[in-house]
Amino acid sequence: MTDTTKAPIRLSMSVIGPVLGLLALIVAGALLNPNFLGWDNIVNVLARSAFIGIIAVGMTFVITAGGLDLSVGSMAAFIAGLMILVMNSALPALGVGIPVVLLGMAVALAGGLLAGLLNGLIITRLGIEAFIVTLGSMGIYRSLVTWLADGGTLSLDFSLRSFYQPVYYSGILGISWPILVFALVVVLGEIVMRATAFGRHCAAIGSNDQVAKYSSVRVARVRLMTYAGLGLLVGVATIMYVPRLGSASAATGVLWELEAIAAVIIGGTVLKGGFGRVWGTVIGVLILSLISNILNLTDFVSPYLNGAIQGAIIILAVVLQRESKAGT
Amino acid sequence: MGHDLAPVLELRQVSRSFGPIEVLHGVDIALQPGRVHALIGENGAGKSTMMKIMAGYQPPSSGQVALDGKPIAFASIGEAEARGISLIHQEFNLAEQLTVEENIFLGRELHRGPFLDKPAMRARVRELLAALDCRVPPERRVAQLSNSDKQMVEIAKALLRDTRVLIMDEPTAVLTRAETAVLLRQVRALRAAGTAVLFTSHKLDEVAEIADDLTIMRDGAVVWTGLAAGMDEHGMATAMVGREMSDLFPPKDSTPGEIALEVTGLNVPGHARDIGLTLRRGEVLGVAGLIGSGRTETFEALCGLRPGSGRVRLFGREVRINHPWQAQALGMCYLTEDRKTRGLLLQKGMRENLTLQALAKFDRGLIDTRAEDRALDQAIADFDIRGHRGALVGNLSGGNQQKLLFAKTLLADPEIIIIDEPTRGIDIGTKQQMYGFIRRLAAQGRAIVVISSEMQEVIGLADRVLVMRHGRITGELAGSDATEEAIVRLAMGVAVSAPQQESAT
Ligand SMILES: Nc1ncnc2c1ncn2[C@@H]1O[C@H](COP(=O)(O)OP(=O)(O)OP(=O)(O)O)[C@@H](O)[C@H]1O
Ligand SMILES: [Mg+2]
Repeated sequence: MTDTTKAPIRLSMSVIGPVLGLLALIVAGALLNPNFLGWDNIVNVLARSAFIGIIAVGMTFVITAGGLDLSVGSMAAFIAGLMILVMNSALPALGVGIPVVLLGMAVALAGGLLAGLLNGLIITRLGIEAFIVTLGSMGIYRSLVTWLADGGTLSLDFSLRSFYQPVYYSGILGISWPILVFALVVVLGEIVMRATAFGRHCAAIGSNDQVAKYSSVRVARVRLMTYAGLGLLVGVATIMYVPRLGSASAATGVLWELEAIAAVIIGGTVLKGGFGRVWGTVIGVLILSLISNILNLTDFVSPYLNGAIQGAIIILAVVLQRESKAGT
Repeated sequence: MGHDLAPVLELRQVSRSFGPIEVLHGVDIALQPGRVHALIGENGAGKSTMMKIMAGYQPPSSGQVALDGKPIAFASIGEAEARGISLIHQEFNLAEQLTVEENIFLGRELHRGPFLDKPAMRARVRELLAALDCRVPPERRVAQLSNSDKQMVEIAKALLRDTRVLIMDEPTAVLTRAETAVLLRQVRALRAAGTAVLFTSHKLDEVAEIADDLTIMRDGAVVWTGLAAGMDEHGMATAMVGREMSDLFPPKDSTPGEIALEVTGLNVPGHARDIGLTLRRGEVLGVAGLIGSGRTETFEALCGLRPGSGRVRLFGREVRINHPWQAQALGMCYLTEDRKTRGLLLQKGMRENLTLQALAKFDRGLIDTRAEDRALDQAIADFDIRGHRGALVGNLSGGNQQKLLFAKTLLADPEIIIIDEPTRGIDIGTKQQMYGFIRRLAAQGRAIVVISSEMQEVIGLADRVLVMRHGRITGELAGSDATEEAIVRLAMGVAVSAPQQESAT
């Protein structure tokens, strides 16, 4: 006799844990500082979360498929540097205006896509561990951006900067562009992960790549696509980031990769692959940025302890994951 | 039961539930020292669950476990082991990256001062393996062993402990006949030494051969228990399945049609050489041979699962297949013998597993989950898969996993189906269903290859039998020529018609 009733949906700790954590932070923030729930602060937090968030969505797919990418932070810095160089040198020919900005955006997207493809090709064709490959490319991009900037800072031409700035600072109905783009990426990411063959294949590969291979899944191609997609999203994040400061240096994007990975894990995606959820990643990103925001708004705890608190949260998240797994 | 000895280990009115579902309903069983007790029943009847409860892996939901007549609650597996109860799992439980020696001594390493006493451990391992007639070097990594050698390592691991009660869950499922004979000899030796042995098997001839006591289960309850001598194989099958069993094998009534698959000069580096074969629509081709004769590797290479070279024609068209998805696109699928590590995603549900191979069928931009659910309903009905619908596939009983794997491959609608060990770990009633299914696929005009180590299965099911030895095809037998004796001769290399001397591989 087969039981045809569905399993009761149980709210496991790995589902409600991150949500509860986020709610707790919001309540704590509101109690500690009256400005916390103000419109300006909310928009500020969200806009700052957007860069890491957009990257973390791509990272969710990579990790779900059993991979890892340590190079995204330096990749972002390199792309930012490249974008600035290209825009500056095209400025005399194109003049300040939409064409030069579009050129910059195209460079960022193409550069991100290529960088991601390169990582993915080395990992899938040569069969080298993702950790090693991306550790290598992390060093390469970081060094390249330092070299491009000659050890200093690459700055966007001043006239161009003021023209491009609205991409970070303005938006629709008071919601700035980075937030809108982030939201769009999240919605698409959630749909792709949850409801498409690609998302299913990512989870299958991360769960057991032998089974995926024996099930006629195009394992190498799916893996490659996760890295390429992540590279593309790094390009998107850079497009949003450059107008904010208008410069790139060796210090741009430092530790972004770890923040993105941390957000993915806090959100309940399993580090060794096989299961991922994009909405969880969003919560992870928000938790990380709310912590630093609250520390900045209050003088309760020194902001210098930001890293310590984030670290503790990451470990806690993994402990919760483990317990919910043992409980099934 | 009419024995004078007091039982060592008993279950008394034990029930066990997983979530809301009760899978064992008040079962009793008693193991006597120096006797071999067989536990048989259909897939999902609850045999493994019962064994796990006896060995302290899981607590009962209600009822008692009694050791030497006294109720006991094992706090841990370690405690049960310390009291002399060892369980060998249905699925291997070895650390793949460690050596044979390290696995056998895992957690109980011998020390001399602060250091490991490697010479002593090695000597002990050699002794244990020699007793099991197992010629694996102790320093070999487990990942490199064949299934049967892994099983021997598992047994050696259990023998290392002073075992009063040895519980084995389908120990012979992955063993060849010769290896099974070795194992049974070992079991007899243990019995003579006073160990109580409990084992399950879906091979009823083994049960009849070695069991003293017998317990038969159906749907989570004991339906018969007594002296094994009081039951013949037919009686066992009937009691297990709960209905009268007719012929195990269906009639071979399909007529061969056009040539579906033609292979010439296929080489698989390190495993097989110069393989040639043809297969027609409507035909079931059996492939026999000892484990390690290169059968699996040959057909894996054919389907692009491992490197190989040679000429392959599908339906008259010459093709190159380097990846399994190419094979599938051309209408050819390989169904793995290794359901646990290559067949199914144990951490996922039934639905995701069922549709993984044929996901394109459900892909309308987004996946049509309703259609998936319908496909699962259909598969559950067609293959009589038993288990909770929401359960992780890793929690299904072994036989039900096998049925799901079958359903999964067929969902991709292949014209040519290569089935490796189709009935490993499957109960006799289900076997009959599977055989019927395979024959029906042939009658629909599909071309089928069945690789099997069970000779009866190859003979009963196949129209023609190819025999492989040391990576070569040593002969082909058809119709009444396909006898066990003829197959064994070709498989062992003593046939008159065999090519001169095979070059050692
Ligand atoms: N951890 C678990 N969670 C949920 N259900 C389980 C779990 N373990 C076993 N079951 C269910 O209990 C039933 C009995 O399973 P069990 O593995 O004991 O069967 P079995 O008799 O050993 O079958 P087989 O011959 O196929 O190995 C099955 O329906 C199975 O799905
Ligand atoms: Mg079992």
